[in-house]
Amino acid sequence: MSAGANAAFKARFKPGDRVRVRKAYPPGHIRTPFYIRGHHGVIAHALGPFANPEELAYARSGLPAQPLYRVRFEQREVWPDYRGPAHDTLDVEIFQHWLDPA
Amino acid sequence: MSRDHDHDHAHGHGRPHRHPPRPDSDDRLGYYQVMEIALRELLIEKRVFSAVEINRAIEAMDARGEALGAKVVARAWADPAFKARLLADGTEAVRDFGIDMGTTRLFVVENTPAVHNLVVCTLCSCYPRMVLGLPPDWYKSRAYRSRAVKEPRAVLREFGTIVPDDREVRVHDSTADMRYLVLPLRPKGTDGWSEEKLAALVSRDAMIGVAFARTP
Repeated sequence: MSAGANAAFKARFKPGDRVRVRKAYPPGHIRTPFYIRGHHGVIAHALGPFANPEELAYARSGLPAQPLYRVRFEQREVWPDYRGPAHDTLDVEIFQHWLDPA
Repeated sequence: MSRDHDHDHAHGHGRPHRHPPRPDSDDRLGYYQVMEIALRELLIEKRVFSAVEINRAIEAMDARGEALGAKVVARAWADPAFKARLLADGTEAVRDFGIDMGTTRLFVVENTPAVHNLVVCTLCSCYPRMVLGLPPDWYKSRAYRSRAVKEPRAVLREFGTIVPDDREVRVHDSTADMRYLVLPLRPKGTDGWSEEKLAALVSRDAMIGVAFARTP
């Protein structure tokens, strides 16, 4: 794919949207931690497009850039045995191609 | 095989248990160390940069430290307009201090009476080096990285930081392009203090979120 320096995928989500992290285990340089895959969260911040690290790791351009989000998770949803209060949360930066609407 | 038995034994005798000193680990180079040296020497030979320039870059990195971050926090406490800019766009706001975030962005998270923020990088050791310098060893340890996301309150307790249950603990896993700095709660009894005086209350650990700011 030929892509200009400003090429970026269109943002699909906005703050407040409910999302689910893809439960996939592809090989390569993946910045989505294993522990968060398959979990539900809410978009806390839309951070704009960033070059895709899964491509950058192999000396490719990383373009089109992927929108990056800060996704907020409830600790008790992530860890069923979580011992803290129900309002404790966890924010993780996740690229758009790892998120599905939920 | 006999390695474990090179030291004085006092098992069950209540006497001191003397272990041998930890062996030096700098007597041979690892694969990536050899690769780094080879690459560095090639780049110097090809005049991409000089050994002096590498040293300057190392010196600049070593010169960055928590004092820089403490100044940023102190100004945010003293100057509401700066605080608003810092929270809206940390990368731009810290340019006031000559800090260039390079290819990353600074995302400042504010502690309030309702929320306590804690920063970790579970995947590696992402850290706001341009603001705080090099991370402490424990920040890079497997124990901190795995436990901070799963049992943050237990980790905080081990740092002597008791966050009341009615206050949300919000952990930030630094997985991508943001670098996180915690803006601690301003301690009581500091009204009218100068930025310089305030900065002395701000520790590195408070800006990672494992501690509160010092109290006067």
